[in-house]
Amino acid sequence: MNAICLSFHLHQPFRLRTYRFFDIGDNHYYYDEFQNRSIIKRVATRSYLPANQVLLELIERHGKQFRVSFSMSGSVIEQLEMYAPEVIESFKTLAKTGNIEFLAGTYSHSLASLRSKEEFERQVKLHSDKIKQLFNVKPTAFRNSELLYSDKIGTMVADMGYNVILTEGAKHVLGWKSPNFMYCNDVNPKLKVLMRNFQMSDDIAFRFSNKGWSEWPLTADKFAGWVNALDPKFEVINLFMDYETLGEHQWADTGIFDFIRSLPATILKKTKYSFRTPSELAAKLQPVSAVKVPYPISWADTERDLTAWLGNDLQEDAFDNLYSLLPLLKDCSDPDLLRDWNYLQTSDHFYYMSTKWLADGEVHKYFNPYPSPYEAYINYMNVLSDFKLRIERTGGKPGNVINTPEVAAEAESKKPAKAKKAEKHLSTKKTETKKTAPKTKEKKK
Amino acid sequence: MFGWEFPPHISGGLGTACFGLTKGLAKYNTEVLFVVPKAYGDESEEAVRILNASDVPIEITNKVVQQFWDKITLLEVGSNLVPYVGPEEFEKLSSKESSKTETRSEILPGMRFEFSGKYGTNLMEEVARYALVGAVLASKNEFDVIHAHDWLTYSAGVAAKHATGKPLVVHMHATEFDRSGENINHEVFQIEQMGMREADYVIAVSNLTRNTVIERYGIDAKKVFAVHNAVEPADKSDWHHVRAAVDEKIVTFLGRITYQKGPEYFVEAAHKILERDPNVRFVMAGSGDMLNKMIHQVARRRLGSRFHFTGFLRGDNVDRMYAMSDVYVMPSVSEPFGIAPLEAIRTNVPVVISKQSGVSEILVHALKVDFWDTEALADSIYALLNYKGLNKMFHRYGKAEVDNLKWENAALKVIDVYNKAVYG
Repeated sequence: MNAICLSFHLHQPFRLRTYRFFDIGDNHYYYDEFQNRSIIKRVATRSYLPANQVLLELIERHGKQFRVSFSMSGSVIEQLEMYAPEVIESFKTLAKTGNIEFLAGTYSHSLASLRSKEEFERQVKLHSDKIKQLFNVKPTAFRNSELLYSDKIGTMVADMGYNVILTEGAKHVLGWKSPNFMYCNDVNPKLKVLMRNFQMSDDIAFRFSNKGWSEWPLTADKFAGWVNALDPKFEVINLFMDYETLGEHQWADTGIFDFIRSLPATILKKTKYSFRTPSELAAKLQPVSAVKVPYPISWADTERDLTAWLGNDLQEDAFDNLYSLLPLLKDCSDPDLLRDWNYLQTSDHFYYMSTKWLADGEVHKYFNPYPSPYEAYINYMNVLSDFKLRIERTGGKPGNVINTPEVAAEAESKKPAKAKKAEKHLSTKKTETKKTAPKTKEKKK
Repeated sequence: MFGWEFPPHISGGLGTACFGLTKGLAKYNTEVLFVVPKAYGDESEEAVRILNASDVPIEITNKVVQQFWDKITLLEVGSNLVPYVGPEEFEKLSSKESSKTETRSEILPGMRFEFSGKYGTNLMEEVARYALVGAVLASKNEFDVIHAHDWLTYSAGVAAKHATGKPLVVHMHATEFDRSGENINHEVFQIEQMGMREADYVIAVSNLTRNTVIERYGIDAKKVFAVHNAVEPADKSDWHHVRAAVDEKIVTFLGRITYQKGPEYFVEAAHKILERDPNVRFVMAGSGDMLNKMIHQVARRRLGSRFHFTGFLRGDNVDRMYAMSDVYVMPSVSEPFGIAPLEAIRTNVPVVISKQSGVSEILVHALKVDFWDTEALADSIYALLNYKGLNKMFHRYGKAEVDNLKWENAALKVIDVYNKAVYG
């Protein structure tokens, strides 16, 4: 069997607003609602909606020969529900074709798999429930945040009942081996492992519009030619990329949509390959060998390791502080606290603190709302300090915490005049917050 | 090279910067004749040959010089004329000088002028005489490029250029706007502008200063290059054992207490922090024309028990102050470069600096805020006091970063400018 496994990933973090230490203990709203809304709307318009339309057409044209898989973080789903519900509808339409597989993952797009089995499992369940609720399917294949994988992560995933996982075809773990075969977990061979062909994936995701690239412009014909030139024994080419590649990272005027539109027909006509999803492949392909991954790998940067998120003291301190709260959250039942707990674990917060300025630094900067990693760290730590205070004060029970800007405003008006005067210098900030305060605080689900 | 002072006889940072640069140049076999108004004989000549302007007989044969002399003698000395010098030193210097006020004598061919080489009340006269000497020295020595440091020596540089036709590079360590805000001394401004117009190339100590030179002085951007200062390697480890005798953490402002250094933003940030956390002490070290106003502001905010003034610090006390500090803050409104934060970092004290400083262009491991954004300033200070990840990072990378700011690298860029000046 010769298959292309085309898998798209959707994720947007809940970016934090500028949160000063004055806000600690006083204002419990953390998010930059304006930024989050404008980015998700822009990405929906430029990328998700037109890309979904293209995929729908392709499925109608090619039927069962064209299948793709999606992974969507809980946080992007929530943002779409809030700001661009038409995208959710569009995915439901796609799902109905039966050619789409939705992958399981962590709800928060977190790094929890590196720290706590219980928390990891909680988030995976939360995510799986959300997918079931939206698309009425229970995911059977797993894609961890940032394609994080190690032998240990693999066994946790297998224990949760998944039989296949997607990860990076990192050179330093594959060595001479090719990513274009099915592998399995080194400890639990029941878990099959698909390794991303980063060369061919990044030809599309990163290099597509780069006019300095020797292969520019990339066409479907050229790509099919590369596929044909591969060793015929290869079983699967794993093309995993951000869905934002279509239309956002590569703008429409680069021709990316035309490329995707013509790729399936060209591949199906000129090569022996067809398009398959991870679960189909897991059912059909036997692993050629186990892949040994003692230390976690990811799809980030040239190192394909954790250093984009946990590579310096800022990141490690923030990460340690975050997960030191785990015991406090054991009995937490306050939905507001739980929501913030989910959002604060998103890997992007740690990515913003990266100090890898050279080489990969350019990519880091592009995705970074902060002028420096130090500011990212300070802002995050301020928020985390307030979050910790809230748990300590309420014991995680609902009803005790002032959390919405509306309630905060109400509490403000009840404050004695003297206290108000003392905080006069903060008043401008507060008004701003109130203005941009979303009506988001209604209970999700 | 025309300078105003040279170690060990220095009142400010100009001499130190010149010394560092000449040592850097020497590494690349650039010979430097360094002219100072007054040489004491114990200057370090490891990298330069010192020429003493006081030894040079003045000959007024050059018409340009004569015209220039006539024009410049009308100037009076104001207070903020000198870069890198604290007002204390200035006061001290000028009071010493003022006791021997002398009427300016006619210049007779062949006479010598004993320069004070200080920044006294007859500074302008010295500046003018120095220009005359510049022309004389230039015609009697072999060299390829004239390099003049700050406005005090621009007249000498220009005179030397006119006397020899050799290319002139002027070096802006500080502009009149940095020293005086908007209340500039117009005569000084004009000397600066004249010097830069006459110069073939202008070197500015930062991009910030480069922009000032282009925008405020109307100098052609094509001939202005930014070359950031560096620091001499120094071992400050002796001070590591010094601890403050109080339990609270100490946040320090150290510098002239003048409008340009932004002391009021420091007080406001202190106020914001102390409202939330009384377990911090703030220290304002230095003095200046805004000191009393700052004391009033602290009293009005009722911060007295947590906010301290040390007065002017010198020598070891400066190092001791750094060593006792947990955070160093430089909220300058306008700072052409700013050596002080580098000193702090070398003592392993993390810094918050304003984005309106030249040094912020080259430091990566520092927190940077707009000087007017006291919320961001307070937030940065608070973070440095409370979040240990920052201290670890600064400890690990900050000192190494500063130690890598080498004068050799600055010298290479200066040599590039020389080559442009000489070979076009």
